[in-house]
Amino acid sequence: MIKNNGFLPALPPPSTSVGVIGWLRQNLFPSPLNTVLTILAIYLIYLVTVPTVSWVFLNADWVGESRNACTSGGACWVFVAARFDLFMYGFYPESEYWRINLAFAILALLLVLLNIRQVPRRGWLAAFTLIGYPVVAFYLFSGGLFGLDEVETSRWGGLSLTLVLSGVGIVASLPIGIVLALGRNSQMPIVKAVSIVFIEFWRGVPLITVLFMSSVMLPLFLPEGTSFDKLLRAMIGIVLFESAYMAEVVRGGLAAIPRGQYEAAKALGLNYWKSMVLIILPQALKLVIPGIVNTFIALFKDTTLVLIIGLFDLLTTIEAGFKDSNWLGYAVEGYVFAALIYWIFCFSMSRYSQNLERKLHTGHAR
Amino acid sequence: MAVEQQPSSAPAKAALWRRPVFRSTVFQVLLVLVIVYVGNSLLSNTLHNLHQRGISTGFDFLSNAAGFGIVQSLIDYQETDTFARTFLVGLVNTLLVSFLGILFATVIGFIMDVARLSKNWLIAKLAMVYIETFRNIPLLLQILFWYFIVLNKLPLPRQSMNLADVFFINKRGLYLPSPIFESGFWVVGVAILVAIVAVIFIARWARARQERTGEQFHTVYASLAVLFSLPVLAYFAAGSPVGWEIPELKGFNFKGGFVVIPELAALLLALSVYTAAFIAEAVRSGILAVSHGQTEAAYALGLRPGPTLRLVIIPQALRVIIPQLTSQYLNLTKNSSLATAVGYPDLVSVFAGTTLNQTGQAIEVIAMTMAVYLTISLTISLLMNWYNKKKQLVER
Repeated sequence: MIKNNGFLPALPPPSTSVGVIGWLRQNLFPSPLNTVLTILAIYLIYLVTVPTVSWVFLNADWVGESRNACTSGGACWVFVAARFDLFMYGFYPESEYWRINLAFAILALLLVLLNIRQVPRRGWLAAFTLIGYPVVAFYLFSGGLFGLDEVETSRWGGLSLTLVLSGVGIVASLPIGIVLALGRNSQMPIVKAVSIVFIEFWRGVPLITVLFMSSVMLPLFLPEGTSFDKLLRAMIGIVLFESAYMAEVVRGGLAAIPRGQYEAAKALGLNYWKSMVLIILPQALKLVIPGIVNTFIALFKDTTLVLIIGLFDLLTTIEAGFKDSNWLGYAVEGYVFAALIYWIFCFSMSRYSQNLERKLHTGHAR
Repeated sequence: MAVEQQPSSAPAKAALWRRPVFRSTVFQVLLVLVIVYVGNSLLSNTLHNLHQRGISTGFDFLSNAAGFGIVQSLIDYQETDTFARTFLVGLVNTLLVSFLGILFATVIGFIMDVARLSKNWLIAKLAMVYIETFRNIPLLLQILFWYFIVLNKLPLPRQSMNLADVFFINKRGLYLPSPIFESGFWVVGVAILVAIVAVIFIARWARARQERTGEQFHTVYASLAVLFSLPVLAYFAAGSPVGWEIPELKGFNFKGGFVVIPELAALLLALSVYTAAFIAEAVRSGILAVSHGQTEAAYALGLRPGPTLRLVIIPQALRVIIPQLTSQYLNLTKNSSLATAVGYPDLVSVFAGTTLNQTGQAIEVIAMTMAVYLTISLTISLLMNWYNKKKQLVER
């Protein structure tokens, strides 16, 4: 007896449209033009990767003490290994490296704690990271307290100086930026005008002229006899410059807060500062965290400009490294190493910021 | 007669210092006082310091003779020219590198963007690798890399790379033939103008006809044909009035022709490759910002993929793209000041560098330099605000 249940079972899809073959057909060879492009791309990858891999890995020299160890014709990573301390710490005294390490270890710990949801009182922790930690780190770096030897700022350098410059730039420019953003949104005409002029001025000029200005003109502006540390002068320039960018980022956050929030705060009888600090800013700042991270990335890359005013950041120490007569001719290795470090930092931060953006996308967008 | 009690309808007035108007007035007066005080003390400090160091203020130095050479100048410049002239030379060089950089960055950026959005997986990934690599490496490092590593590996003049005996590439630069315009060239110029006017008319006519009859016209192809054929015809009709000066190896170097010095080449390469990565991202974010429903609606109306992109997606995406693109162009212009790292004679390198060192007039020189960048930025952002206002979505 034949019992008809309705339909026959569906046939499996043809083998050319599923699995590896299907994927290849769909993504690499969908049309003649794309086939040509794919083949060209594979050829290009072959042209680039084969010599690169052999230079970076296969033919490279990894161990040794001096340039005599570099004989195989590939990259001479011995150079980077030998000058690694210089690249990381600049001319900081070797016996005191632990202080820099400790400072960054504390920072890493704080950042990890801040990103774990279960940690209690994260607000206070964040406040400490922004306000208390810089003080601790400053005394760890410069010493002069609790029996630590004093280390002048002219000996700071390398990656640690790059991190100090960008860290100070962000932490100090955040409060100034918030005040400027509030000022730009203010009802008071003079406050508003002053904020706009300040923001547009610093955003309109290149950082390099700002650094020139802070290194050449600042000494002229101050009363006779006051002398400023070179590093501090660069930092002042960077903070002024960065606070304008930060103000625009914060202003973006303020603009994204629905009007109802402002009105509700007023209806509750809160005055201006209370409604800002308790209602508006917590929401606005949460929204602009990705923007702040992006500003940080830009600043991190921009700190390389201090090379031009002669501070020893990562890039400058690397240049100094391969201009050393013992290591002449290893510029490529130096630049590649610098690029790698900057790339790792910037790329991971941008991924983090994209991640945050997705996580924080919880509403309010009108 | 009972004294009538005045009804106290007006609420009790707040104390003076609690009134918003009073507060904001006081606050603003204080702010002005602080600014005036700080400004005044800065000014008096500066004047005092300048007096102590024996530096005179003012812009008189601009008319003194400069006395130093500049590697590249688009306008006539000799060592005996004034400092004001060095300012002009630097400014023109900055504008040149910014203009060329914007051009190249836009072209590379759009190509990368098309590749990034391509359906071909490999091409899309390659474009992504490009974008993520160059976006995340500091520009200064890239400039130095191009200048000291890549261009330094080029051969010496005697072993120049030779393209068709006309283009030569070596350590000293890229040598191109330079055109010499002869007397009959005005014919070609007129032809170009005529072609532009013709294109405008064709476009208007085609639009009017489409609105009247619904028939479409291949405006783009027709315009390209006119723009190309008219000048070419005029060129031959006038008897080829352009001669070419071809660079020639004389002694240790090439003479004649047009030379792109390696400083300019490195700066341009780095600026355009770096900014192109940002432009590609800006364009991508603009296109992705147009909701997919728009594409589906266009398909439902029977539009093919090409017109969908051209008529539906791009006009909406431009609203997001244009402001980001402008800010990238501004960044490129400001970043061109990194020229000073490789010694390309731009405004910062020539004027805020050499001229400042020679004259010691730090304040005037830095102020003039900043004023140039500020003028460019403010002009562009004013134009941008105007554009945004015009293109803003009208929402209820």
